[in-house]
Amino acid sequence: MFLQQFVNGVTLGAVYTLIALSFSLVMGILGVLNLAIAELFMIGGYFGFAVILAKLPLPVALLAGMAGAALVAAAIEKIGYQPLRNAPPVTPMLSTLGFSIILQNVATNLWGSDPLQLSEEVLSARFTFGPVSISAMQLVVLGATLVLVILLAFVVQRTSMGRALRAIAENRDVARLLGVSAGPVTLLAFMLSGALAGAAGVLISLHYAAITPYIGVEIGLKAIAVMVVGGTTRIWGALIAGPLIGIAEVMTTAYGGSQIRDFVVYGLMIAILLLRPQGLLGGPRSEQGPRV
Amino acid sequence: MNNNQEQPRLGLSNVAISFGGIRALDDISLAVMPKQIVGIIGPNGAGKTTTFNIITGAYRPSKGEVRLDGQAVTAKPSHLIARAGIARTFQNIRLFGDMTVWEHLMVAQPHNEFPLRRLLPARWANPRALRRAEEILEFLNLEDVKDRTARSLPYGLQRRVEMGRAIAARPKLLLLDEPVAGMNHEEADEIRQLMLKLRDKGLSILLIEHDMTFVMNLCDYLYVLDFGVMIAHGLPAEMRSNPAVLDAYLGHAT
Amino acid sequence: MMSTYYAGLLADVGILLLGALSVYVILATGQLSLGNAGFMGIGAYLTSYLTVTAGIPLTAALMMAAAASGLIGVVIGFPALRLKGIYLAMATLGFGEMVRSFFLNFEAMGGSGGFDGMRHVSLAYIWSWAAAILLLVAILERSQLWLEMRAVSDDETAAGLVGLNTTTIKVGAFGFAAAVAAVAGGLFAHHHVYIEPGNFSFERSIDFVLAVILGGSTVGAGALVGALLLVMLPEYLRFLAEWRFAVFGALLIAMLLVRRQGLLDRSLLGMFGSRRPA
Repeated sequence: MFLQQFVNGVTLGAVYTLIALSFSLVMGILGVLNLAIAELFMIGGYFGFAVILAKLPLPVALLAGMAGAALVAAAIEKIGYQPLRNAPPVTPMLSTLGFSIILQNVATNLWGSDPLQLSEEVLSARFTFGPVSISAMQLVVLGATLVLVILLAFVVQRTSMGRALRAIAENRDVARLLGVSAGPVTLLAFMLSGALAGAAGVLISLHYAAITPYIGVEIGLKAIAVMVVGGTTRIWGALIAGPLIGIAEVMTTAYGGSQIRDFVVYGLMIAILLLRPQGLLGGPRSEQGPRV
Repeated sequence: MNNNQEQPRLGLSNVAISFGGIRALDDISLAVMPKQIVGIIGPNGAGKTTTFNIITGAYRPSKGEVRLDGQAVTAKPSHLIARAGIARTFQNIRLFGDMTVWEHLMVAQPHNEFPLRRLLPARWANPRALRRAEEILEFLNLEDVKDRTARSLPYGLQRRVEMGRAIAARPKLLLLDEPVAGMNHEEADEIRQLMLKLRDKGLSILLIEHDMTFVMNLCDYLYVLDFGVMIAHGLPAEMRSNPAVLDAYLGHAT
Repeated sequence: MMSTYYAGLLADVGILLLGALSVYVILATGQLSLGNAGFMGIGAYLTSYLTVTAGIPLTAALMMAAAASGLIGVVIGFPALRLKGIYLAMATLGFGEMVRSFFLNFEAMGGSGGFDGMRHVSLAYIWSWAAAILLLVAILERSQLWLEMRAVSDDETAAGLVGLNTTTIKVGAFGFAAAVAAVAGGLFAHHHVYIEPGNFSFERSIDFVLAVILGGSTVGAGALVGALLLVMLPEYLRFLAEWRFAVFGALLIAMLLVRRQGLLDRSLLGMFGSRRPA
């Protein structure tokens, strides 16, 4: 039972990791919390769902979800972020809030507020290893997450665009002086983050074989906690924090009751913000000298 | 040492601070006497602004003491240090953008006797503060702009407003961080006259400045910092020809 | 005589006004809180417990709940000092969710099943509170204290250096705001006569923020404009009924792009004689 919950937790954690990476790309590089990511996650899920309902294969669904979410993310960057990029970060954050409200309304009107369900589970084959049973879909979730994370790592570390992303993360003004033009790079950051969130949406909705317009608020917001716990400025912290929180949540539900799981997750986030704001994997706390 | 056997208005003794392994200030001691204008000079990065930040309580030194009229104020909360009588201006002016000049002068005079009085409108809460604000408006020639927002004023006026805000609560010591930066000779001279007037009214002034002419014409005493170390101190005339001082400036120029 | 439906709308305006004011007061010290629905929930449950289970009259119960919530607000305000901007927003979001989760788990008052038994209260009563608190905020806005809050909001360091105790100002704002939000919650509970944790979710906190940002974030009366807008606009744009959230989302974005201070601001109000900008 314990191991089974562990596996379930890691699966949920993988989805959290993707969404947290999505938040963290924009937060770490631009210092802005893109609240619309929770709804990009949801919208991506619906796109993927629609593809599966049209009897098309899973990889197409994944791509559809990622591409759709990335396009919406691009729109958000152009309309909601660019004009406000020099305002204090709270302002573009509120703008992304506006987008998230719009997206949720759109989804509710297009697809209804009742859950959409798949008549049969996708990839329902189950494999049993001793006391643990894992479905093929769960394996896909874990596998796809791994692939996406590796791809992201490749883009960030090895490509010139990735270098530009990192340069801007370090210091926007210096990067501009060095000829890195912020516009296309921030657009890339938004689109990458949209793609990751969309992928997560497809994976989780297919895993649960159901989707509602509210999964963004239910699951997406919690990924903020994952990002904080992992470290808002070190995007790879999400790799550890995701499974950690996924497991914590599943365990709390299994042994404590589903009602206190949010309490635990957000409590952890607040504790980290106050006690170790750089996150578990973050470097030394940045300071200007011992404060009074 | 700058000492006439009186108690110094401001005394720093053996102050040191490090940031992430770098010694920003090392064993700094200085004094400002009552009714005196003292200057801290030195190349960029010498630690002058850091010294100010320690005096105002923004940073806690790793060792050493700050005393105001003999009372220790080291690393006290900034607002208590302000209320004890230390005021400061900034290198890049830090005014309250959307507040008017008059509001700046009123908000800078918090009073403790009847905290609930703060719930009243500003002009009734503290009649004494009102009078003082009007005094400063006149003294600094700001009467015409008293209802304009800080953000809307030209640079020169903004500097005057900052000065006004700093002296509103009748401080004992004024810390001025590059008060004439970006000013032409006339404007700088106006500031110089102002500072002399303030000194004659009993204020002590400690200033950081790069404009050597300004400093030489004004300060009663000078401290020279370089790389966080006090390399020389004395009368301005002495500093002008002090080899260590010249070396520091020339050395940095190469 | 007013129709019940219309009365219900006006009641919602009054309650939303109080919630918006709670966000406004905190915002006036430069802090954005995305979790005030948590204080509203605390106020709702506490007030309901006092009237239903302990038999205490409503007005007394509201005051007690406001005081208790205010205390909690002060407790929250202290750690909030350590956080700025987006980090503070995230922490308050977390706080709001924790409160909701707490009540989901609180079987003594129904848990996810909710709580009822409250006595229905009149529109006039609701608006007595709403108007009184709005008036109080309007008076406070002209005070020395509010000048100090504005200074803290604009430049906290400079404010400290002119002798302002930024700690008491910021923490005090949280406390006062928590009390106001609690009153909103207590009135909500006694207007809808049934409450459940879902009433005090992140969406509710967002409603408060939306009202302030749209209506006007630099004057208290802006909260009234925002509350009226959010409740009444859908009534006049019936054809947009299903799309009203999208409309508000778009309005939010447009407002931030075009008129960041919101609809109502000081110069529009024209009341503050000595605050004319150049």
